[in-house]
Amino acid sequence: MSDATVLIVGAGQAAAQTATSLRQGGFEGKITILGEEPSPPYQRPPLSKAYLKGELEQERLYFKNAEWYESQNIDVLTNITISSVDADSMSATTQSGKIFNFDHLVFATGSRNRTLPMEGAQLENVFGLRNLVDVDALRPHVGPDKNLVIIGAGYIGLETAAVAQTLGTHVTVLELADRVLARVTSPIISAFYEDLHRRYGVNIKTRCSTSSINGKDGKADSVTLASGETLPCDALLIGIGILPNIEVAAEAGIKCEDGILVDEAGRTNIPHIYAAGDCAKRFILPYGRLGRLESVHNAIEQGKQVAAAIMGKPAPKLDCPWFWSDQYNIKLQIAGLSTDYDNFVIRGDSDNEKFAVFYFKDDILIAADAINSAPEFMTAKRLITAKAKVPPEWLADSDRSLKDIAAQFK
Amino acid sequence: MPKILFMSHAGEEHSIEAKVGDSLMEAAVKNSIAGIDADCGGACACATCHVYIDSSYSALTGTPDDMEQSMLDFADEVQPTSRLSCQIPITEEMEGIVVRLPESQ
Repeated sequence: MSDATVLIVGAGQAAAQTATSLRQGGFEGKITILGEEPSPPYQRPPLSKAYLKGELEQERLYFKNAEWYESQNIDVLTNITISSVDADSMSATTQSGKIFNFDHLVFATGSRNRTLPMEGAQLENVFGLRNLVDVDALRPHVGPDKNLVIIGAGYIGLETAAVAQTLGTHVTVLELADRVLARVTSPIISAFYEDLHRRYGVNIKTRCSTSSINGKDGKADSVTLASGETLPCDALLIGIGILPNIEVAAEAGIKCEDGILVDEAGRTNIPHIYAAGDCAKRFILPYGRLGRLESVHNAIEQGKQVAAAIMGKPAPKLDCPWFWSDQYNIKLQIAGLSTDYDNFVIRGDSDNEKFAVFYFKDDILIAADAINSAPEFMTAKRLITAKAKVPPEWLADSDRSLKDIAAQFK
Repeated sequence: MPKILFMSHAGEEHSIEAKVGDSLMEAAVKNSIAGIDADCGGACACATCHVYIDSSYSALTGTPDDMEQSMLDFADEVQPTSRLSCQIPITEEMEGIVVRLPESQ
């Protein structure tokens, strides 16, 4: 055990958590983190928020400094791409042919941006937003008198729109679906965010498909919509979702299905090989089904699970999934997954920008979206984890104490 | 570089040198203090950086704002001295401050 080697492929949140939890748990073997990017592990959520806005220095994005990794005897190697893994010989090979042997391997390979299959999407001022390099490249195109067109009204698109608009940019957001955030939330929350962004001056166009990106001298200068309208742009951001990085794992014979399949302890179907973070498809509490989660909480939870599994310790307790998004002065906190809800109630008043939507399926609370409503979020997390059959009218009644409701389902 | 003492519920002590301007949470995470996960990275969204700070230090650390207070109201093992460490910026004057962790963390 003490001389075992753990190889972590990927250097994001899940990788950092796995390494940290291993050392915190007393693991004394060798730990190597291999990252494709030039940077050691850093936080991604601020990229589309405080970091893009210029309110957070780059140095504060990093989880740990170089001295910490050194003191913990963790090797962080950057600019390295693993191109294959051989489960039989327990070795991983880099693109340049270097071989790393392992006793345990963790796929923490994350995800990549979905690309827009359209001519012009490769022009130099067409960006994605996933890593530090992306944001540093986008930032000069954000500011007064600049036109930014964003394709995709998911969290990345809307958070970027909020920052860019605040910094004086003319922002247009194009969305194919009939509402923003269509994939992740209910029409009520979508309507709230559409209204919010429009009040700040963002031009939001739903049911809108792009027919061409037009460029000159290698740069995009306008976008033509299916309606025939042409919008000028100084830069374009594509935020149409991500794809999990599973190819190396799949080629190594690991079972994958829109994600590397792992059990409740983060183990793949091959012994001593694990997966954590965006790339993994896992058991989701409290729904008892498999899914792939794209969140910080997921990366941390799975990093801890994998570290425990490697050390032969019991799997840590799972929590219900949760997420957050900051746009303008609005904090959205999301507990659970609302995907297949069959009923909902609203608590609070959307006109005050302080309300929560609680979602039910078969009378059980399955999710909540809380807008500037931390108590509702915290209460929902507990009730969802407990699979509570809480009467919807209790939650809808703002005069009924959340603490009292939660106490009924301990 | 003020010295800060983190103390686990079991009484285990961990003294660190913190950087002025970082939050107490950032200092804890950078030094790998077990029990401070800070899932949200300091966005006041998760309450996984919950700590206790004795009232004798409250002149240095201030008091929670509304958002922080409403997160704390629903956190586990809340006490009158509870704070979210992500909401406390470190200052030179905090030399020697003691930060205690809840049992469940």
